[in-house]
Amino acid sequence: MSNERYGRRVPGPVQSIERAAAILRLLARGSGRLGVGEIASSLELAKGTAHGILRTLQRVGFVEQDRATGKYQLGAALLHLGTSYLDVNELRSRAINWADALAARSGEAVRIGAPLEGSVLVVHHVFRPDDSLQTLDVGSLLPLHASALGKVLLAYDVELVGVLQRGELTAFTRRTIVAPKVLARALTEVRDHGWAADVEEYAPGQASIAAPIRGYGGLVVGAIGVSGGVERLCDGRGEPASALVGYVRDAARAVSRDLGASRW
Amino acid sequence: MAQRYVMSIDQGTTSTRCILFDQRGRLHSLVQKEHQQHYPKPGWVEHDAVEIWRNLERLLPQCLRDASIAADQVVALGIANQRETVVLWDRHTGVPIGHAIVWQDTRTDELVEDLAARPFAATVHERTGLPLATYFSAPRIKWLLDRLPGVRERAERGDVVVGTMESWLIWNLTGGPDGGVHVTDVTNASRTLLMNLHTLAWDDELLSFFDIPRRMLPEIRSSTETYGRTTRVVPGIRIGAALGDQHAALFGQTCFAPGEAKCTYGTGSFLLMNTGATPAHSTHGLLTTVGYKIGEEPAVYALEGSIAITGSLVQWFRDGLGLITSAPEIETLARTVDDNGGCYIVPAFSGLFAPYWRSEARGVIAGLTSYITKGHLARAVLEASGWQTREVVDAMNADSGLELSTLKVDGGMTADNLLMGFIADVLNVPVVRPMVVETVSLGAAYAAGLAVGYWPDLEGLRRNWHRAAQWSPSMDPDRRTSEYANWRRAVELTFGWMRPHEPHEMGGVVVAPPAR
Repeated sequence: MSNERYGRRVPGPVQSIERAAAILRLLARGSGRLGVGEIASSLELAKGTAHGILRTLQRVGFVEQDRATGKYQLGAALLHLGTSYLDVNELRSRAINWADALAARSGEAVRIGAPLEGSVLVVHHVFRPDDSLQTLDVGSLLPLHASALGKVLLAYDVELVGVLQRGELTAFTRRTIVAPKVLARALTEVRDHGWAADVEEYAPGQASIAAPIRGYGGLVVGAIGVSGGVERLCDGRGEPASALVGYVRDAARAVSRDLGASRW
Repeated sequence: MAQRYVMSIDQGTTSTRCILFDQRGRLHSLVQKEHQQHYPKPGWVEHDAVEIWRNLERLLPQCLRDASIAADQVVALGIANQRETVVLWDRHTGVPIGHAIVWQDTRTDELVEDLAARPFAATVHERTGLPLATYFSAPRIKWLLDRLPGVRERAERGDVVVGTMESWLIWNLTGGPDGGVHVTDVTNASRTLLMNLHTLAWDDELLSFFDIPRRMLPEIRSSTETYGRTTRVVPGIRIGAALGDQHAALFGQTCFAPGEAKCTYGTGSFLLMNTGATPAHSTHGLLTTVGYKIGEEPAVYALEGSIAITGSLVQWFRDGLGLITSAPEIETLARTVDDNGGCYIVPAFSGLFAPYWRSEARGVIAGLTSYITKGHLARAVLEASGWQTREVVDAMNADSGLELSTLKVDGGMTADNLLMGFIADVLNVPVVRPMVVETVSLGAAYAAGLAVGYWPDLEGLRRNWHRAAQWSPSMDPDRRTSEYANWRRAVELTFGWMRPHEPHEMGGVVVAPPAR
């Protein structure tokens, strides 16, 4: 097959990715623990080059370095390659300070969600800072198609949309999106704008706003958002208040930066 | 009028942080810089006080710059600091005499054993509320005076002075050799073994017991009062408060009423309970300490229980056993099972601290059967932090005559929902996490803001405190009782493991301090 089949040159192989793959294959053999010098000489690479690639592989979790010996081995992230989502407790731990700051700035309750078996699992919950009686709902499930958190997760995960469309979309209120075509349009909008909202789509009088949390390379690993009464979350026209949208997106970007997503 | 802020400095063990808070207690700007740890010999831990001061010289203007704030918008500055670390310096030049000796340093172990054998030793605990141990400042000062040539004479003449880290920073900020104010606050002074806990003054008999000249010591002041204004770095800012870091956390968590308590969960954990206007003498191995002292008001006392191994047990599970790759995964692994399967881990890695104080104890994993999986072990790891908290709380309730009704928590482990829920279960009281996790810095800011009227009173500060999460107890009482009994049986199995004369790192009364 020609590289110029479509009249535009498709770029050739990327050398550093080939080298990275060779390093991973090398580490997968034998004892599986090698020093940077051993790796460099096996592959006839300059030590500096091998080191640079190893550092990058370490950053994304594909290799790990033994603290005592300094040798490299395959990382745990490779074993969990099929499950691209971050450990939910790790996600909470990394996001907790930013979630607190979002609650303090917005004055609203904050939740962080990750997908679980066709629903949104609430992995973190910060109370609305008014000291009213509230119950921690970490561990509870929200519908993907009727919550801002869920729509964000759907917008960046084709697989998840597929799972959802095999079943029926439950109507929770008159405003719940139940038509797959309408949902698809809504998800395009989420991708265009970088955030999602639900206005009385899950419960009458309630609204939510959410934005994606990204990990290495921009992979969406969860969503963070605020929820509360429509009268507080939305403006006079019933649209999500732009100040709140800004706070939510700032918080999502801050968590993403902490998780290593450099561009967001 | 431009928005006004309070600044806090947290001079910690590994880094110095500078934070601006607004009137609602919200974090506005944060900068921090780590400093080097020096380990010249086994058991020795030192910091370079000049490096710490230079870091602060850079951080303070940087914090204002980041927030685009002018110095006159800062109404006051409060300092929280690593406790018990001491530095000696020349009053005329501002140059430290060697490095600061850090609270983790155990070089004074033989000196402390020697002092403990003297008749007056029994009086030390009664006067200071503290056991005679390497953990506190006075043995370190004595060690330096005994060994550094000519320093004792210079100290007696008043040329060489001593201070904990807040003293060093306040002296430098207020001019250093050029009119610097040499003061300490009661909470820091209460950790030296030199202050009489009842009079809140340096005690002559304690000074002569440790052979430390009074002239070299700073003046003891309240935790909140204006010590002076900065004349260097960013001149003109009122210095309104200083507290030891754990005391600052108690203040930041607004534990202002007797019986209110906070626990900071880090590698080790520190539980402090407000016991009101009179010191509660401990018969259960807790420390009696000054909680805080606001201006001219009477001091508020506290009981402190330190748990040596909490977060560090999770780190051991990760690094020593390799069963998880990151600390938060302990919760994921623990949730793969419904209970501990009859397994208990007692992390007496370097003996047992409060309330047992058994230096010869060593850790056990009890109740092992072929049924036990790594999930059960993960549960047992988390539950160990819960039961250790319960033992300290029981000791506190007994010593104070008060009943803990809620535990306020902060620190990294509060992100672990399973653990926080378990602590609520075993204490049978609600566990509450506040919205601002930086309770140490917030406490120093609160105290400083209070000193200058930025906040009117303690009630005003309470209104700033907001609940971010609450875990309520849901364990069946019979199960709580039987599980606690099992834990205590597991603890008993750790006793007497180290034989006398066997080489080990803990000798006599000298115990390794908990990490934080």
